[in-house]
Amino acid sequence: MSVADTRNGAASRNAGLVIGAAITAAFVGVAVIAQIWTPYDPAALSIVHKLQSPNLHHWFGTDQLGRDVLSMLMAGAKNTVGVALLSVIIGVFIGVPLGLLAACPPRGAVDELIMRGNDLVFGFPSLLLAILISAVFGPGAVNAIIAIGIFNIPVFARVTRGGALQLWTRDYCLAAQVAGKGPIRISFEHILPNLVSLLAVQGTIQFSLGVIAEAGLSYVGLGAQPPTPSWGRMLNEAQTLAALAPSLALFPGSAMLLFVLGLNLLGEGLRHRREPPE
Amino acid sequence: MTQPGEVIRPSAMTPAVRAATGLLEIEALSVSIGVAQIIKNLSLEVGAGEILGLVGASGSGKSMTALAIMRLLPLHAKLSGAVRLRGETLTDKTETDLCSIRGRDIGIVFQEPMTALNPLMSIGDQVAETVRLHLCVSVAEARRMARETLDLVGLRGAQGAMDRLPYELSGGQRQRVAIAMAVVLAPALLIADEPTTALDVRTQAQVLRLLQELVRTRNMGLILVTHDLAVVAQVTDRIAVMQQGEIVEQGATQPLLRHLQHSSGRALLAAAELKPKRGLPHRQDTAPVLQVRDIVHEYPSRRRSLWRAAEPLRAVDGVSLYIHPGETVGLVGESGSGKSSLLRVILALERPQAGEVHLLGDAFSSTRGLSGASVRRLRRHIQAVFQDPYGSFDPQWSVERLIAEPFYLLEAQPTAAERRCKVAAALEQVGLSPADARRFPHEFSGGQRQRIAIARALIVEPSLIAFDEAVSALDVLVRAQILALLAELAERLRLAYLFVSHDLNVVRSIADRIYVMQQGRVVEHGPTEAVFASPRHAYTEALIAATPKLG
Repeated sequence: MSVADTRNGAASRNAGLVIGAAITAAFVGVAVIAQIWTPYDPAALSIVHKLQSPNLHHWFGTDQLGRDVLSMLMAGAKNTVGVALLSVIIGVFIGVPLGLLAACPPRGAVDELIMRGNDLVFGFPSLLLAILISAVFGPGAVNAIIAIGIFNIPVFARVTRGGALQLWTRDYCLAAQVAGKGPIRISFEHILPNLVSLLAVQGTIQFSLGVIAEAGLSYVGLGAQPPTPSWGRMLNEAQTLAALAPSLALFPGSAMLLFVLGLNLLGEGLRHRREPPE
Repeated sequence: MTQPGEVIRPSAMTPAVRAATGLLEIEALSVSIGVAQIIKNLSLEVGAGEILGLVGASGSGKSMTALAIMRLLPLHAKLSGAVRLRGETLTDKTETDLCSIRGRDIGIVFQEPMTALNPLMSIGDQVAETVRLHLCVSVAEARRMARETLDLVGLRGAQGAMDRLPYELSGGQRQRVAIAMAVVLAPALLIADEPTTALDVRTQAQVLRLLQELVRTRNMGLILVTHDLAVVAQVTDRIAVMQQGEIVEQGATQPLLRHLQHSSGRALLAAAELKPKRGLPHRQDTAPVLQVRDIVHEYPSRRRSLWRAAEPLRAVDGVSLYIHPGETVGLVGESGSGKSSLLRVILALERPQAGEVHLLGDAFSSTRGLSGASVRRLRRHIQAVFQDPYGSFDPQWSVERLIAEPFYLLEAQPTAAERRCKVAAALEQVGLSPADARRFPHEFSGGQRQRIAIARALIVEPSLIAFDEAVSALDVLVRAQILALLAELAERLRLAYLFVSHDLNVVRSIADRIYVMQQGRVVEHGPTEAVFASPRHAYTEALIAATPKLG
């Protein structure tokens, strides 16, 4: 590879990272701003102004109850992003240690137990569990976080274990053992730091899946409850009006698409940045 | 902008009208990537039925020359000069024409037998695929040719070998498959790039013999690319020595080896000869540093039935050995002989099924679980250097942090200033600069990394250092430097070494005594020169006979 070629490659990866970070930051920024200010009250009804197309007063138009779509999107971003983020955090904080533990030599009963437990969760239909949780604790954002978070655990455990098993074959783990370090210490000093890139990518993927899952749960009525706005609920309500006012589905759908794209660009960019040169 | 691999013809080139004397003629070949000139004005000839050794240190451009013949150069590489095969100028051909020439007229075998084959395809199909790519023959005919070729390279095709998958084969067998793929279409020229570097000595001897036979029976030309002059001395007719992209010396093998003119060639020769650099034999009346008694180590094997317990695999079978202070002991054996398993037991990384390891008179590794504290206290007296100079270091740690890692073993942790001071001293001891402490492993070459690994082993002032194939992955020149460094350190610091290797030349040059392992047992041991002069066991004899020798 020539010098110019390497530079181009680095530049394009960097561009991806910058664009991804910008999109993600914009969405998170909007979610934060929505805490204190939205153009209109997202819950304020105004039947007189219902189903307006985008105009100067309502940039993204209004829905069937005359609520401002832009305000709802902004307020919804907070719920959707929050649910997805918290569920990823649950997955990382429980799944990653489990994966590291499973990969620790000598692998045996602990590994078997953790991985078969994983299979059990994987084998369980996620929507069914979400319905179960909602049936027991009632629907709501917190239960959506728990339901999505539980399904993130085995994903992170598996990715971590796979990566860790590969790293355990490296001679530097052997050298650390010769330096008297135990498997848990080696897991945190040598294995985990070298898995960060892998986990960052998986994290962004799970985050984007979380956004979609939250929308899905809200769509079937198990996530955020009215009047709490959420992208999934907006899509759900727009469904019946698709022929009449397609823009109602277009805006939350596009927001979701753009946000997920930004997250994936960010994850990909992070991965390249973290990769140590060979 | 020029197209990748585009040929720039120098205006002064003479038209190819002269009679083809050789099979392959390379005339004024130059390759550059960006501003770097990789190959400079190189001219070579290979005749039919001739074996040419292309020798050089790593980075001398020998592999690039092999790739340039096939025009398999990296993107952006610029090539000038002419390569002619049987009078046909390859450098004029289009990529499409070259595709039909590669594999049919020129075969190539690469170094790594583990990755050269498709893991999901039976070896018969892989060889047959090469046939079908180049010739319009039926599947049955292609398979027949594949079977014949596999027979020829010593894999009996009749007994279901055609349907075996790469993972079922050993390294040597895989290299035979790779050779079969390269020669199935009876190419006029075969290029083998370090074909035996990854193999055991006996397998290496077999593969070299196979290549020699193929050249003789098929009147094929062979270019053997290697850094090991000992290998070249045994099989080649002619040698070309490369340095920095140029051929500095070439000629018939034996006369050339006797009268090497150029310093580069002489350095390679000296490295290949591995002159022992040992001091006086030391006294053996002191108590041994390491005493290993009747170690048995078994691994659980794959369960064949759910109802029957799996037969354990006995990797180490009742091995005893001892090492005196300041002594270098070699442990020799082929892969699978159990030497690495034994080393893991000695380092207390795994618990044996029977036997004990004593370090400085204290129990270090045994069947009974020893308390963590006592093992940890002893562990600072034994350190290790591993084979892979690339995998031995956490890529995210600085050299200082890496070298200081064994400080974890000390009860009194040194202060930051002491640490820096000791790391700097260790770096100087292994011939690196204290300023290197702030750098990261990827900034160093393989040989330098092995020096860092030695510094890491030295930092806690151990009595014994174990080397697991520590120089096998290194270039001959670098290998000689590292061995010289080790000999010097042993003398200066009165260190004992346990040197595990499959390379008899290396062990011979450094060890005072050797143990030879076969199938988990020590079959022979004694002072190095005595064992080499008159081996008592047939296995030792076979190993010595298979080791390439100069002259």
